[in-house]
Amino acid sequence: MSKEPAKVLLVGFGNPGRLDDGLGPALAEAVEAMGLPGLTVDADYQLTVEDSAEAAKYDIVVFADADMAGPEPFSVRRIRGDDDQCMSFSSHSVRPTGVLGLAKRLFNAEPRAYLLGVRGYEFNAFGDGLSARARVNLAAATDYVRDAVRSGCFREVRAGETRAGHAGQA
Amino acid sequence: MVSAKQKRIVIEPVTRVEGHGKVTILMDEDNQVTQARLHIVEFRGFERFIQGRPFWEMPVTVQRLCGICPVSHHLAAAKAVDRIVGGENLTPTAEKMRRLMHYGQTLQSHALHFFHLCSPDLLFGFDADVAIRNVIGVAAKFPDLAVQGVMMRKYGQEIIKATAGKKIHGTGAIPGGINKNLSIAERDALLKDIDQMLEWARGALKVAVDYTVENLEMASAFGSFDSSHMSIVREDGALDLYNGKLRAITATGEKIFDQVDCQEYNDYIIEGVQPWSYMKFPFIKAMTMDDGWYRVGPLARINCCDFIDTPEAEAARKAFKSVTEDKPNNITLAYHWARMIEVLHSVEKIRDLLNDTDLQGDDLVVTGERRNHAVGVIEAPRGTLIHEYEVDDNDLVVMANLIVSTTHNNQAMNEAVKRVARDHISGVSEITEGLLNHVEVAIRAYDPCLSCATHAMGKMPLKVQLIDHDGNVLSEKNT
Repeated sequence: MSKEPAKVLLVGFGNPGRLDDGLGPALAEAVEAMGLPGLTVDADYQLTVEDSAEAAKYDIVVFADADMAGPEPFSVRRIRGDDDQCMSFSSHSVRPTGVLGLAKRLFNAEPRAYLLGVRGYEFNAFGDGLSARARVNLAAATDYVRDAVRSGCFREVRAGETRAGHAGQA
Repeated sequence: MVSAKQKRIVIEPVTRVEGHGKVTILMDEDNQVTQARLHIVEFRGFERFIQGRPFWEMPVTVQRLCGICPVSHHLAAAKAVDRIVGGENLTPTAEKMRRLMHYGQTLQSHALHFFHLCSPDLLFGFDADVAIRNVIGVAAKFPDLAVQGVMMRKYGQEIIKATAGKKIHGTGAIPGGINKNLSIAERDALLKDIDQMLEWARGALKVAVDYTVENLEMASAFGSFDSSHMSIVREDGALDLYNGKLRAITATGEKIFDQVDCQEYNDYIIEGVQPWSYMKFPFIKAMTMDDGWYRVGPLARINCCDFIDTPEAEAARKAFKSVTEDKPNNITLAYHWARMIEVLHSVEKIRDLLNDTDLQGDDLVVTGERRNHAVGVIEAPRGTLIHEYEVDDNDLVVMANLIVSTTHNNQAMNEAVKRVARDHISGVSEITEGLLNHVEVAIRAYDPCLSCATHAMGKMPLKVQLIDHDGNVLSEKNT
């Protein structure tokens, strides 16, 4: 009997009204347009507590955000639930590890999770649209997600690794 | 300026509220509080930013003001631009779709605030161990409540998505109407969970009622004071969160003004300034800045209205008013009770709207005689929200004035901070985290939204400092 494919959720978050801060939602939009089987896509300004209820339904959860200072074109790292991060000073910006912490605490679920940070450059102005360099990084990250979903294999990507080595690998 | 004999306590940022703010408390050498202030440390300049933009962009553009209540700004701006296109008399489908969106927003906002920001204080005590006085502590000891908070929030967000089209930068409300109706599939998906929401809303109200009644003596004194109250009410005096006319009452219930057309708000409200704050201090024009300030939000709305037009919420309102012998309730902590009455009311309204076939209508937009000036007012979850726009003949915004709920409550929150500092911190030689949390509890009751900023990985400063009279940091807490 063949193994059932993993159910994957990608949540892009950020503010599209603040230039490259919209990289997360832009990635969500790009991969949603591909209609990849097994992938559910969501997007929002920021992560909030109810994302924990949704995350709890999936085998793999990918949080996609703009990264102000990370490696180019993007990084991917494994993350786990953190109770401390559930205790944000506000409700309007729960961190990915906080969402996972709540998923475990409230819904007894521990999906395998990754934080995908797409490097951005321009954040300090109002306006729609990504910078040219951010768009290049977005394309690379989109390819990574496409290949990872198709293969069912996500892996960490750190500074110095090339895009060609990411896709489809375990 | 802090003198050599004064001690300055800074709470920065205030936690479990929406946005960034800080509290400063000045104490003299005898540890008596001499001054306590809430500062809003963000400066947005949004009113200037939108000048020169086309007016029809406003319902979408202004959502960028805030990631917590974008729907409120969306609808307040839409109501203003309705008037600019002469389309303020919406079709039944358009008005009911907007109302559904608004009740969804109110439900999710109030539920999140109550269950996840405030319930730790109410369930564990203001000065309980900070290690358990948080949402994880609630999840551990009251798991059902914690899950209900999340699921009610989620339900409200699903309503917003179904009515606004999407969660980010929803486009549902457009000048003179709405751009979609509610499909049968969307309706049925939402109706499936409505009975559960109703049951949870009743339960949440009971938690708030029981807490307030069981702690009435403490609650009556905690950060409380007499004040005026303001909200919009329907023409027959009913609570109405979406549309109505302005009413202000005194602390004892006498009407200061009533049935004021929102287009004329400027004749009744004026915005004062203080040199130490970016936020303005609105007050009633016929009074002075010292005695004309007022409260808005759930407490003010339940105080101002004559009745609620949904049966369970109306019964809850009567019980609420009986505590103060039918006079306005001026208890700061009673905001929670009032907020949960509105949760129940919102769920009742959502149920009624979902069963209304007008939501499947196709007549979505109206237009009429164009205007160059308009005001849109809505009762946002946190209180009265005013959007005013002046546009030129090229459809560009030349003036904008936005008065958000938290600005209306600015002086009231400062009063609450002062009273709690005086009652709980004056004369105390060792300032504990629990004592400082008392100040935050008073602020949290108002559910202030201090405006949100953009974010990206690595950007979330959290710091509490205790500084002596020489400016030395005695202790520091990063959260």
